Formats: sequence, structure tokens, C-alpha cells
Amino acid sequence: MREVAARGCCVTMDSFFYRFRNPLVLIAIVLMQVIALAMQVQRPGKDADVPVSARAMEDAGSAPDGKHVSLLRRWTVTAMTPLETAVHSSSVKVRGAWGNYVDLLHTRQQDAALKQEVARLRVEEASFAEDAAQGRRLQTLLDFRQHYVTSTVAAQVIGTSGSERSHVLYLDKGSEDGLKPEMAVITPDGVVGKIRDVFPHTSQLLLISDSSSGAGVILASTRIRGIVKGTATGRVEIDNLTADSRIKVGELVVTSGGDLVFPRGLPVGTIESIAPDPLHQPYTAIVIKTAANLNRLEEVLVITGTSATLPPTAAQDAATAEATQDANQRAADLIAEKLPGLHTDGDAAPGAAGTPAVGADGKPVSDDPESQVGGAVGYINSGLPRPKPAVHPDKFTPGTVPPATELTPGAPASQQAPQKPQEQ
Amino acid sequence: MAERSYTSREELDQYGFHPGVTVMAPLVCILLQAMLPKTFPWLIHIDLPLIATIFFAVSRRSPIAGTVTGTLIGLFQDGLTNHPFGVDGIAKGVVGYVAASIGFAVDVDNIINRIGLVFTLSMAQSGLLYVIAHWLLGDVSYRFLPVVELISAAANCVVAIPMFAVLDRFRIRD
Repeated sequence: MREVAARGCCVTMDSFFYRFRNPLVLIAIVLMQVIALAMQVQRPGKDADVPVSARAMEDAGSAPDGKHVSLLRRWTVTAMTPLETAVHSSSVKVRGAWGNYVDLLHTRQQDAALKQEVARLRVEEASFAEDAAQGRRLQTLLDFRQHYVTSTVAAQVIGTSGSERSHVLYLDKGSEDGLKPEMAVITPDGVVGKIRDVFPHTSQLLLISDSSSGAGVILASTRIRGIVKGTATGRVEIDNLTADSRIKVGELVVTSGGDLVFPRGLPVGTIESIAPDPLHQPYTAIVIKTAANLNRLEEVLVITGTSATLPPTAAQDAATAEATQDANQRAADLIAEKLPGLHTDGDAAPGAAGTPAVGADGKPVSDDPESQVGGAVGYINSGLPRPKPAVHPDKFTPGTVPPATELTPGAPASQQAPQKPQEQ
Repeated sequence: MAERSYTSREELDQYGFHPGVTVMAPLVCILLQAMLPKTFPWLIHIDLPLIATIFFAVSRRSPIAGTVTGTLIGLFQDGLTNHPFGVDGIAKGVVGYVAASIGFAVDVDNIINRIGLVFTLSMAQSGLLYVIAHWLLGDVSYRFLPVVELISAAANCVVAIPMFAVLDRFRIRD
């Protein structure tokens, strides 16, 4: 009887498992993944070399994975990226062939426009050089630690995550090119994101528009500090500031350097809209229009090195700019010197008492009118014809009318003391 | 007079695939999903791996096969994101199971049924992803945007019809 009962029980169990095998398999697979999810969320990659201050404002999405998860992700990326690289390099070759041999219609115009742009930028650079030098001197005085970008690695975007909820891109450079997690990624336009995970030949770039991304920023004109974050919809927002009438649409937002990832002063974007955040009262949702077009990234720069001192090439550029600025200043001074009317009585004009005039060759210029070809007395030769002194000076002779400061308003012209003509 | 047998719909319409197609078709879908949005950002709203999951599930008509296929495709997708492994794995596993189960009841060769199936399961996947992100991972920033999800589901339907027609050519009757 017992054997029959046991056999019946087994048959019942077998039939139960056979009958419900489909939902049981589904439940088992889902349950395993839920447990795996719980373990991953509980243990983000603590072994990674991530600054504590940077970790404070990030969550599991931006932190590197744990060892086991990292291994799984490495396998996936290793399986996928060779295909992506092959497709990407093929498309680059096709586009290169088109660009180099076919699409050369407006090259000359572009060349001329670029030359003009370079000339304009040189002038701008020279004008900014003095301000920059003054800024550096003040920073030294304040013992402020500025981090300059010393080295970058150019990388090309070869793929995306393929998910609208994950704003991640794949780059064609990896650890063998010197890339490491938490390195800042920029374009000439502005900040793009940071390196999240690195593989031997590829790396994962987390865009600032991702909901797990964050960066310390400062509003350029009001100097208000905030944290810029991505949202699930791919927008970039500052959501930790309360309403402030000084914050205006269109204001430039730059990195503050406080997150120890992005160097200070890199453009992030401009304020696109300001509205109360219904989910986080009393804070406002300040939407940022990113300076870099995050939807159309082809090539990016990974910042691989920063320094507290200006890098040699940049220092050389700054010196050149300063020299250009000095040359421009000297040229401006020379022109000003050739225009005697610009000097007031208080100015120490060349040739005035105690300040002998100096010629272009550095030698003093004589006050003797006979020794000058042209120009006013006391000024270096301008090459312009100099009028001879009047034999019979009258009220029309230059210098006979007193300056306006000595005239009495309303007094008749006869009472005004005529000035003695200048003796020459 | 034609001969008739008492064969179930499952036995009548159950299809298999060459192992190469089973591996390569989802892989190509994932590759395209990863590469196309780089050039055409709006294509990110289309989920090619989801369409592949639905197609293989309804063609095989085996809930277990559908669950396993969906889970593997989802886990592979998770590997390319910054999410923990399992987010897409769970969602696509459930979608594969449901698709295979529905495949018993309806004629999935009918184009209207296919559109309805893809649209419904796209919305279901969006709901599942919201539940996983919001409740399992505690991501309060994740929001369910009905308009965006409806557009995505409609776009998936538009892509699914020609894609199903292409993949139909690789079916082998078991």
C-alpha cells in the first residue's frame, strides 16, 4: 500500500512539473535574474580607484562594475566591438573616399574662411593673453590649484548601447591607449561625459545626459555652483538649486572642477529653460542645452592628464601671445605718439620738460626746429609738413586763443586775455 | 477527397531554424541596434532585438524556448549598457514567454495579428522595464512616458512587418 501511495505521489509530482513546466521555467529564470540584480545593485565596484567626492553624487549606473559583472560585460563587449569596429572603419573609408576625391567643391572658400578665422583668433588670443597672465598671477597669490589639460587621446565613436534608457557610447580606444575609468571626455565644443569602463581596445563612455551621470558646474556670470545631471529622457538638468532671479536663460554653464573628474572651466552648455520642479520642491529644474551635440558625436578627446602648471606648449603659446600683445601695444603707442593732438597738457609728451624725445632709432630728437624735417616741435619726425612760425601773429594764429578752461562764459571777446603766441 | 488529420495548431505551425540563423539573426539585430542610432539618433526608439525575440517565440511556439531566447537576447543587450545584468533579460524573457503562449491561440502569419502582437508586446515590455527600474532598482528618476512608448510601439510595428517577411524565409517546418 505504501509503495502504491509513494508511486502515486511521484506520479502526481511528475505530472505537476510536466503540466506546469513552462511557467515554472519562466519563474525560475526570472527569479535567478532578480537575485542577480539584487547582488549587482548591492555591490557596485568598490575596488575601482574612484575619488570619494566623485562617488558621492553617482549611483550604480555610473560606477564601474564588480569583478564578475565586469567579466560578463567584457565578454559581451568583446563579442560585439570587433563587428562594430569593422563596420565603422568601412564606413569611414567610404566617407573618406568621398570626402577626399569627390566632395572638394568648396575647399578653396573654406581654406580662405579658415585663414581669416585663424587671423581673427590670433588677435583675440593676444587680447586675452594679458588677462590670462593676470589671472594666473592672482591664482598664484591666492594659492589656487588650477588643473590644466596636459594630454588628451583622440578617440572615435564606434557604437552605442542600443538602448534609449542607457546613454552610453563605445570608443575605439582602450586601456592599451592609456585610458582609465573616470577620465573626462570632451570635444572642442564642450564636455561630453566620462569613461565608465575600459577594455583593452575599447572603452565605454557615459554621456552627461545619462540619468546616472553627474558633474559639478558653475554658472558663468552669477558664479552659482550646482550639480548637472542627466535624466531618463536624455535631458541635462541642474536640479539642486532653488529659484533665483539672477539665473537667466542663455547663461553659460561651465565645469567647476569640484567633482575631480572634469577640469575647471570647460563649457557644459547654456541654460535653455528654468521651471519649478514638481517632484523636488522647492528646487527648480534648470534645463541645459549642451555645448557639444551629444546625438552626433563622431570623434572625442579623452583627457588623460592634467597638471597644476601650464603645459610647455600652452606656456609657449601664452608667451607668444603676450609678445604679440606687447608688439601691438608698441605699435599703438607709436601711432599715438605720431598724433600730437591726442596728448593733453598733463601727459609727458616726448620732448616735454624732463622727457627727451626719442626717435625710431632710439637716439634723442633735438628740439631745434631746423633739425626736423616735419612734425611738431618735440615730437619725432612724422614726415608731415610743419608750418613755419608766423611773422605777424594775429587772432587766427595757432596758439593765440586761450584754452577753453580759461575762458569766462558770457564775457566779451575783448576781455579774454589773448595768449602769447608760442615762441619757436 | 483531401485527407484530414487531428493535428493540433502547435504541431501544424511549429517551425524550427538553422542554428546559424538562430545565432546570427539576433546578433545582427543587436549589432544594428547598437550602430544605427550613432548615425540616425531617432532609431533608438526602435527595438530590433525585441522584434527578433517575438518572431522566434511565435515561430517555435514553445514558451520555454521563447523564454530562453528572450532572456539571452536581453542579457546580451544588458551587456552593452550601463545597467545591471537582468533588466532587459527579465523583460525580454517574459515577452518571449507571452509571445509563444499567444502563438498557440492566434494565427501569427496574419499581418494584422502580427501588428497587434508586436504593438501589445512593445507596450508590455515598456511597462515591465518601468516596473523593474522603479520597483526593483529603486530608480525614481525613471518615468513611463505614454506618448513616447506609443510612438516606439508603432515604429516597432512598421519595422516588424518587413523583418518578419525576411525571417519567414529561414523557417523550417519541424
